[in-house]
Amino acid sequence: MTELVKVGFEEEDVHRPTDTLQGPIVVGQVLSLVKEPQTNGKTINWCQVRVVPEGQEQTLTGDGIDPSGVQGIICGAHNFVEGDKVVVTLPGAVLPGNFHISARKTYGHLSAGMIASVRELGIGEDHDGILVLSRIGLDPEIGTDAMELLGLYDQAAEINVTPDRGYAFSIRGVAREYAHATGTTFTDPASRVTAPAELSGGYGVKINDDAPIYGKPGCDRFVARTVHGVDATKPTPPWMVSRLRLAGIRSISLPVDISNYVMLELGQPTHCYDQDTLSGDIVVRRALAGEKITTLDGKERALDAEDLLITDASGPIGIAGVMGGAATEVGDSTSTVLVEAAHFDEVSIARSRRRHKLPSEASKRFERGVDWHVAGIAAQRVVDLLVELAGGTADQAGSDVGTAPDSVSIELPEAFAAARVGIDFTEEQIVTSLEDLGAAVEKNDGGWTVTAPSWRSDLETKEDLSEEIARLVGYDKIPATLPVAPPGRGLTRVQQQRRRLIQALADAGLTEVLSYPFVSKAANDTFGVAGQGADRTAVKLANPISEEQGFLRTSILPGLIEVAKRNHSRGFRDLALFESGLVFLPGGTVGTASIPPLGVKPSDEVLDGLYDGVPAQPFHLAAVLTGHDSPAAAGHAPRPWDWADALDLARVAGDVLGVEVLVSQGSHQAFHPGRAARLSLRNGEVVGYAGELHPKLLAASDMPARSVALELNADALFGAAPDVIVARHISTFPVATQDVALVVPAEVPADDVLAALREGAGELLEDVALFDVYAGKGIEEGKKSLAFGLRFRANDRTLTADEASAAREGAVALAAERFGAVQR
Amino acid sequence: MTETLPGAAIPNPTDEAAITAAVDQAVAAIAGAGTLDELKAVRLAHTGEKSPLSLANREIGKLPKDQKALAGKLMGASRGRVNKALADRTAELEAENDARILLEETVDVTAAPRRRRTGARHPLSTLQDRVADIFVGMGWEIAEGPEVESEWFNFDALNFKPDHPAREMQDTFFVEPPEAHLLMRTHTSPVQVRSMLERELPIYVLCPGKVFRTDELDATHTPVFHQFEGLAIDKHLSMADLRGTLEHFARQMFGDEAQIRLRPNYFPFTEPSAELDIWHPGAKGGPRWIEWGGCGMVNPNVLRAAGIDPDVYSGFAFGMGIERTLMFRNEVGDMRDMIEGDVRFSEHFGMEI
Repeated sequence: MTELVKVGFEEEDVHRPTDTLQGPIVVGQVLSLVKEPQTNGKTINWCQVRVVPEGQEQTLTGDGIDPSGVQGIICGAHNFVEGDKVVVTLPGAVLPGNFHISARKTYGHLSAGMIASVRELGIGEDHDGILVLSRIGLDPEIGTDAMELLGLYDQAAEINVTPDRGYAFSIRGVAREYAHATGTTFTDPASRVTAPAELSGGYGVKINDDAPIYGKPGCDRFVARTVHGVDATKPTPPWMVSRLRLAGIRSISLPVDISNYVMLELGQPTHCYDQDTLSGDIVVRRALAGEKITTLDGKERALDAEDLLITDASGPIGIAGVMGGAATEVGDSTSTVLVEAAHFDEVSIARSRRRHKLPSEASKRFERGVDWHVAGIAAQRVVDLLVELAGGTADQAGSDVGTAPDSVSIELPEAFAAARVGIDFTEEQIVTSLEDLGAAVEKNDGGWTVTAPSWRSDLETKEDLSEEIARLVGYDKIPATLPVAPPGRGLTRVQQQRRRLIQALADAGLTEVLSYPFVSKAANDTFGVAGQGADRTAVKLANPISEEQGFLRTSILPGLIEVAKRNHSRGFRDLALFESGLVFLPGGTVGTASIPPLGVKPSDEVLDGLYDGVPAQPFHLAAVLTGHDSPAAAGHAPRPWDWADALDLARVAGDVLGVEVLVSQGSHQAFHPGRAARLSLRNGEVVGYAGELHPKLLAASDMPARSVALELNADALFGAAPDVIVARHISTFPVATQDVALVVPAEVPADDVLAALREGAGELLEDVALFDVYAGKGIEEGKKSLAFGLRFRANDRTLTADEASAAREGAVALAAERFGAVQR
Repeated sequence: MTETLPGAAIPNPTDEAAITAAVDQAVAAIAGAGTLDELKAVRLAHTGEKSPLSLANREIGKLPKDQKALAGKLMGASRGRVNKALADRTAELEAENDARILLEETVDVTAAPRRRRTGARHPLSTLQDRVADIFVGMGWEIAEGPEVESEWFNFDALNFKPDHPAREMQDTFFVEPPEAHLLMRTHTSPVQVRSMLERELPIYVLCPGKVFRTDELDATHTPVFHQFEGLAIDKHLSMADLRGTLEHFARQMFGDEAQIRLRPNYFPFTEPSAELDIWHPGAKGGPRWIEWGGCGMVNPNVLRAAGIDPDVYSGFAFGMGIERTLMFRNEVGDMRDMIEGDVRFSEHFGMEI
């Protein structure tokens, strides 16, 4: 069946009972059965079983095959008697579970084979003992191949049906597709059923939908047929059981099996009622407030006003197209069967199925669209099978109410399919393909009028027809041409900035990782905006994978710390990790109360509403460092990462983007209160935090002490990058360097002193850097000494020592004025 | 070592034989010096103030006028010989000395420590850049959008009917409250819709990014993964243009031998729709077709939702998974390796893929 892939049906699997079941497995008759009580309290049966008709020779040979045609077999089950015909797995057979049958000594006899149960054959779950063939209505000749008898040589290909192709949920549909794929002649199984052109005088049926969805009636056809004198206890023939089983459907009772079989064959779900349990006319209507039904699965369900129901005088007897009711179900005592074959609205069925969480074989088909015209044929087919297999008599009367929907006519302009697909289709290819699908094709001016077949509700537009033509002609016929895009702009500025930032962090020795954005509320509270506490908002998921992590991240750090922990637990102690990605910061409006319809451009106002309802999602960068900066090695002492490394990375991020990242003493609940830096831009905007993670947080999350971290709103940095960098004059005059050590109160930030020096030194200052911080002996308690190196240079002359000293004095003076700095 | 004995006879500066003997003696001593220190002693003995040649030179002043020129010439040449020998020997010994020092400085280069940490990119991130670069090279632009998105952009604008089974097949994460119609995008297609609404025609954009589905993490599924989707809207585009674009891309990505195959499929946002397979000659277990993604001609309803006239413009779209691409291109066997963040995974790739 792999040919089906050509027309769009991917083969997922092949189901073959013979993959796990091998003969010889034959029909045998129990000649004698001797009950032998055992010391363990059990009684076993020592049986003589004839597996070759009397008077014929055993043609099988092999270990344990008795040439007499009678096998001696030990059997522990007791549900059979002398004379019963049973399934015998002879020595040499293999059963599911790779169970090899051989002659073996047991309970003092040589047991040469096994009398099988359905379970042992892998065709049922029945524990009740061995399979007695008369009980499933069979009386085959002794020695018959039981695998053949039970349909075990049948195979099924499992294919993937796309949700637009409801018709392919049937042999009728798949056979047509197989013909498309292989060129085989297709005979419609519906054409083999002879249904009366009109029905009248049958069971009373009314369609009364007073609340259609999208204006479409919930039911537009209801066929009801009656079969009298049915014996519902008759066994289902093995060929039918086998085919149902291969389709994943369990055999339940003959009427139900027939109904399911016809659904598989024709694609029309049908339902069998015990007509004697019905009272009054059948009415198809929407549910009333407070109505309930007990469905076939035994569950009581409260109905919604939108549910479409099958009802009789007693109330609901089925949720239309989804599941029947328990009260009117066919049972062993049923004698008169009422067969329903109806056509329901896709949307109505889909909603009921979702509402009641009842994905049934019927709803699956109705949701995807069933052929309106096949209902009468399917009902007839069920009737025919009930007559043939269940001994019933068809009532000549019947009911068929409803109106056929208008057939869909599509205008297909001559050149359209060729232009869309790129194949120069001939007129013959177009017409033949469409006719093969079952469409009616009529030539008109400049094209064709195409009437889609009744089973193809998915065909609505000329684009749909183009796909069908391309599919039948073959997608492999599509040529390749390369369209040329207009000259582009390349990556945008932000895209380049993002790449540069990520690359810079990797170049700085960090390893890029990815983590999930799902976090707990506690994690968002800890890592979210500083100081906002529990008022912080975050996006909550309605159906998270784990309730515990039911929120979207407002910070990358919780996920990144988890990754660090995972690596740490796997034995990696020196880590430098980074991740970039979106965080989710809901603002005022969350979403929109409604959304516009499809296929139409919404008004600007509506669009603005949609845009505004989407929460802000800035691009963040975060890093976590723990352990040492490099691996220990001979001749190399690694340095432990510390808070300054986190700050340094923030500055690297700024540097590669041309943005100055300003550092000030910060306070953030996730960081060490004394070792956190607030990162900001020149304009005062806070863009992140860096420093040592809070010791308690590290302890609580089993992370090594002194681990450090950084998080930046990278989008804010991108926005602050200069458009144009103006070049600076490079002076070639000699440099004059001067050092200065200043004693200031301990709490004065070094960076502020440095800024004062820079300002006070004036324009001769080329550069100033802090090269030492000292407190202790020789320095007054509560103070510290900061040593700076100053480089002076002029653009137009060699500076004199006096000029450089004067500039230095200016710098020191301003620092003294601002911070009471005293030269050491 | 040659020494000049104090009180030794001062050679006569006119006595050529005696001077030559002194010179020979000096040159022999210079040649015999084995180290720069020895050479220094030799130099003092044979060219110092007390050396025979210096003393003989001083005697020239005392000579009669007619002998001065001859003696001067003899002494000049003799001292020149000695000085040259000294200079040559000095250079030789210095070179030997330098060579010895360098030899002594020899290290075991195989014992060198790694001082700098080598960073690494995540291969999904590297691969995403590479894909983007191929399309940028074709004149396409890269478009991005939010990960939490309005339901309209993710479904309705893409022609997913409200009650159609296709909508449920996307296994969507919805945002609280569900009445607000927000969700985590299930594909990067909403970026295509945004692009169509915001950009001038024609449009050639690639939309890479994270997408979300409610799958539990296992060896082949992850609730968060990455896609890249392409969209071209222009006049007269056909499936042939789609195939040509995909073929070009596949060859840039996998080499000139790469082949692609289209199979019929269904997506609400394209008609016709196709599944895209790529021929993988190096696949584990032998060459075979591998499912790579989906594609098709943009459904006219999608164009209408963006206010584009489907009678004038047509377009194609395609989408592939980046994880899937990495899995078959780089033989990643387990999805979890890509998302757990184990440093060994990223570091194995370094900056490359």
